[in-house]
Amino acid sequence: MKALLEILEELHPEIDFETHKSLIDDKILDSFDIITIIAEVNDEYDVAIPAHEITPENFNSASALYELIERLMDED
Amino acid sequence: MDRQNNILEYLDNIVNICPDKIAYANETDELSFKTVYDNSRAIGTFLHNEGRYKEPVVVFMRKHPDTIVTFLGVVYGGCYYVPIDNEMPRHRIELIFQNLNPKAVICDDSTIDSIKDFDYKGAVYHYNEIVKTTVNQAALDEIRDKALDTDPIYIVFTSGSTGKPKGVVACHRSVIDYIETLSEVLEISEDTVFGNQTPLYVDACLKEIYPTLKFGAKTYIIPKELFMFPIKLVEFLNKYKINTVCWVVPALTLISGLGALEKVVPQHLHTIAFGSEVFPIKQFNMWRKALPNARFINLYGPTEATGMSCYYIVDREFALDEAIPIGKPFKNTEILLLTDENKLAPKGEQGEICIRGTSLTLGYYNDFDRTNEVFVQNPLNTMYPELIYRTGDIGKLNERGELVFVSRKDYQIKHMGHRIELGEIEMVMNQMDGIQSVVCIFDNDKKKIIMYYVGDVTKADAVNYCRDKLPRYMVPNLVEKLDIMPLTSNGKINRLALKEKYANR
Repeated sequence: MKALLEILEELHPEIDFETHKSLIDDKILDSFDIITIIAEVNDEYDVAIPAHEITPENFNSASALYELIERLMDED
Repeated sequence: MDRQNNILEYLDNIVNICPDKIAYANETDELSFKTVYDNSRAIGTFLHNEGRYKEPVVVFMRKHPDTIVTFLGVVYGGCYYVPIDNEMPRHRIELIFQNLNPKAVICDDSTIDSIKDFDYKGAVYHYNEIVKTTVNQAALDEIRDKALDTDPIYIVFTSGSTGKPKGVVACHRSVIDYIETLSEVLEISEDTVFGNQTPLYVDACLKEIYPTLKFGAKTYIIPKELFMFPIKLVEFLNKYKINTVCWVVPALTLISGLGALEKVVPQHLHTIAFGSEVFPIKQFNMWRKALPNARFINLYGPTEATGMSCYYIVDREFALDEAIPIGKPFKNTEILLLTDENKLAPKGEQGEICIRGTSLTLGYYNDFDRTNEVFVQNPLNTMYPELIYRTGDIGKLNERGELVFVSRKDYQIKHMGHRIELGEIEMVMNQMDGIQSVVCIFDNDKKKIIMYYVGDVTKADAVNYCRDKLPRYMVPNLVEKLDIMPLTSNGKINRLALKEKYANR
């Protein structure tokens, strides 16, 4: 989780990602951020987020995103 | 055949042919050609009643079909539209207002409150009100009768290196010239269903707005949020049977790069025009594999020459290290490749891409100095006045005789489909309290803007300041604080050293 928070904070140092739960709904993240996150998550955790998992729900908070990463790691 | 002198003739004509067909739509609203015609003439009449004529009218509305109606309404009123958007940071809008000194702004529900925050004393009109105006056909006829094809239609603002955006003024003649040739290349017809991606405050949306009127085609405005979620985006294209897109390259690589084409294919899509940036061949090949029968068209051109100036219809395979050519100029446009000595570059050698033809816009609004720097006398013509536009892009002809984009002359970059002067970001950041020095570099492979700064400011504050003053696409993707700025031996900031520092980090 720590590495994920670092990825997110590098993109948006002004946001507290531990508490923010509506990153998509509040338009914090945009398409560029999503692409960057996917690439960096791939580097860091060695998981590829498949296209059908790129949904507003999975990116609305750091915890939701981390759950997705864990799920994908388990599937490997 | 009567010669067309006014872009509104497209609408005047099509409304008699297919009045009830849908022209512009989004997920919830749709406007028929008849509605577009009636509403835009109501707005034109309103502006006339208010005494607005031959002046800029700011259109400050959300991305919606009504906004397009308002554009047309402003032209019916004999004025020219200046689109701005809530996405633009306050500071940029202030600079635009300073340049324009507008007397009229048209708002909708989403902007009517925020306009009060600006230091603007002129009239504010609400779309919902002015669209109810009873049309005065005699007044509109008189406005039309007096209109010239060299009169402006719109002003759109682009990035400027001094920190001040430049307002490009385009007239009927150049837009008609562009729309006619573009439509021919894209093979637009009444069956075309566009999926609009680009914002309505840039010239890129001309590609959908006017061919739709010319042919009685249809344009769906795609919600911006969908450009984060590739599967949902393709599902939208399929749901509305979108068959033609003119998108910036990053919007297409979003779909291919994230693996969406393996799950779902845009099944109606047959014409894919792209531009703004070099299309990475690996990504491009995924698209061609998914849509082997579609036409792929690379477009190139600056806002200053109305829209696009060159095109290349993809007709062969490309190796991973090749670039897709920008091909050849549109009909009635000429490209000159000029050397530093203002001579034609010998065949196969590099030169600055300079554009000649009717497609040239009128120049920058209220800015003769910067206009005269780039709209210049054709150096090859010493006999009579003739302007060319110097793009600042370097190009050359390949062995097949196709034009290829090589690079920029200066620090201008293309990022997220937008043209950006890195100097503008530096100018804006240098104005922040506590900042001593700022340099931006661009990572062309990862498409990231990296900002280095020296000063008594936290990274979070620096980023917040950027977000406040700059459009989203200009906000650096990586911000690094330095103790000292590396300098060259003659005291200039050593950009090369920063690039190396970044590469080795």
